[in-house]
Amino acid sequence: MIIGELVLASALAVAFHKLKKPSIIPGFGFTLAFTLFYLAIIVLIPLSGLFFKASSSWGEFWKVVTSDRVVHAYKISFGLSFAAALVNCFFGLIIAWILARYRFPFKKIIDAMVDLPFALPTAVAGIALTALYAPQGWIGQYFAPYGIKIAFTPLGIIIALLFVGLPFIVRTVEPILQDADRELEEAALSLGATRWQTFWHVIFPSIVPALLTGFAMAFARGLGEYGSVIFIAGNIPGVSEIVPLFIVIKLEQYDYAGATAIACVMLVASFILLFLINWLQHWAGNRRVES
Amino acid sequence: MIGWCKKHRSPTSESIWAQLLLMALGLSFMAILVVLPVIAVFVEAFRQGWQAYRDALVTPQALSAIRLTLLVAVIAVPLNVLFGLTASWAIAKFDFVGKQLLTTFIDLPFSVSPVISGLIYVLLFGANSVLGQWLSDHDIQIVFAVPGLVIATIFVTFPFVARELIPLMEEQGTEEEEAAVMLGASGWRTFYSVTLPNIKWGLFYGVLLCNARAMGEFGAVSVVSGHIRGLTNTIPLHVEILYNEYNFVAAFAVASILTILALVTLLLKTLIEFKFAREITLTKKA
Repeated sequence: MIIGELVLASALAVAFHKLKKPSIIPGFGFTLAFTLFYLAIIVLIPLSGLFFKASSSWGEFWKVVTSDRVVHAYKISFGLSFAAALVNCFFGLIIAWILARYRFPFKKIIDAMVDLPFALPTAVAGIALTALYAPQGWIGQYFAPYGIKIAFTPLGIIIALLFVGLPFIVRTVEPILQDADRELEEAALSLGATRWQTFWHVIFPSIVPALLTGFAMAFARGLGEYGSVIFIAGNIPGVSEIVPLFIVIKLEQYDYAGATAIACVMLVASFILLFLINWLQHWAGNRRVES
Repeated sequence: MIGWCKKHRSPTSESIWAQLLLMALGLSFMAILVVLPVIAVFVEAFRQGWQAYRDALVTPQALSAIRLTLLVAVIAVPLNVLFGLTASWAIAKFDFVGKQLLTTFIDLPFSVSPVISGLIYVLLFGANSVLGQWLSDHDIQIVFAVPGLVIATIFVTFPFVARELIPLMEEQGTEEEEAAVMLGASGWRTFYSVTLPNIKWGLFYGVLLCNARAMGEFGAVSVVSGHIRGLTNTIPLHVEILYNEYNFVAAFAVASILTILALVTLLLKTLIEFKFAREITLTKKA
């Protein structure tokens, strides 16, 4: 099978050759063939296997993906990811703003720490956040007397999703704020606008595409997130059970068809978001070129 | 600090109070959400002192988890570096139809949930599939064994090197390579003496991020591991097991290794950005 793949990849590479602009640099055929081969065996074939498996029993598929427990899980995953991404837009914008515009001590360190959620393994983030927000935890203990439980409730899931999503917003908005044309702001000021009016009418519209891109990325990441959520969620079916966990539960019951069906739904949602993100980035890119 | 801000105040910046409010909001959000968990890992790890911390790290299970994580990374990272280099050569140095689609496909693993990343290999190589049947007839174990962990890790870290290198190499254009080829250099020599020195920091950056994710991956690896203690436990999976056994000190002690790895990764990343700002801004711009 692997030899077949290699032949196919080489054939595709030869076909691509016909579609490429002439160049004197060598190595196109070999590198493209290897790229396609590697991409096919690691990503494309396994992913299409999922859809192939799901399509084998349509009636069963529909019954699984619309069952009560999984519909609850969709609501929790989509709703909480959306809420967390929204909150992150607000704080992420503020953090991007102070990093791009202000000078203060330890700024380099704080700038580096923004990427921590990308670098810290999700399981570590999960147990650390649980230690902080559990009823006896560092932060949780101040809320417990008022009857507010954070860990082991949907609120805990939001905390975990805030953590994993934050860098997406900051890292997409920050470069736009850094490159922004300050002359436009001076013009607004000299025309009598207050600082708030300048922000709302001049600066904000220019960062909307980046903010939306960051929002969509954080939302997409939240939908698929597993490691940091399962420890803090409490995982009560219908209350704090996310879709990725439900897939794992199905797998542990050896219900491969069920797990596959739900995974398909999530994968389609991810692909739609990926498409949306690409389109948003394209839009943002065009706007930057125009201005 | 207010006086210090005043000196730098330009007509197009906010009032001091607005600045202070924004700084307070942003920095406290960062402190509570991002910095505090890191501190919590170390405090919880050392809760019962240095001896308990050390004991948790030298158990046979912990040591085998560390060995397995290193093994997985040592296989997965170089393969993805090889792929990243060839893919970026094909995509950045040539113009061909379908290039955009290919780039999108390379980014695909980033938008797949880790759980689904594991699931696809369980379906492909598991006992219920045609391939799985053939493999078990020939006594080859892939899922619930080390090869499965490696493949799932390759999948989740697949785009890191390529996505750092493609924009960087596109930005640098093809003129230098064309000159080298015209002067008679072979393809290999052109790559080694002309292209590689230009991209070395971008490559290092990609390897760094790829490695951090390879060693820390949890969801995908958890699904394909089958949770076999001492055999298919990587460091993050070992953390989960200890935590679920309420052995919190040990769980945080083992987690602290991964936290140190993350902090070192960030430190190196910042140093590269600082020293080689130009090359990296080129990477980021695209």
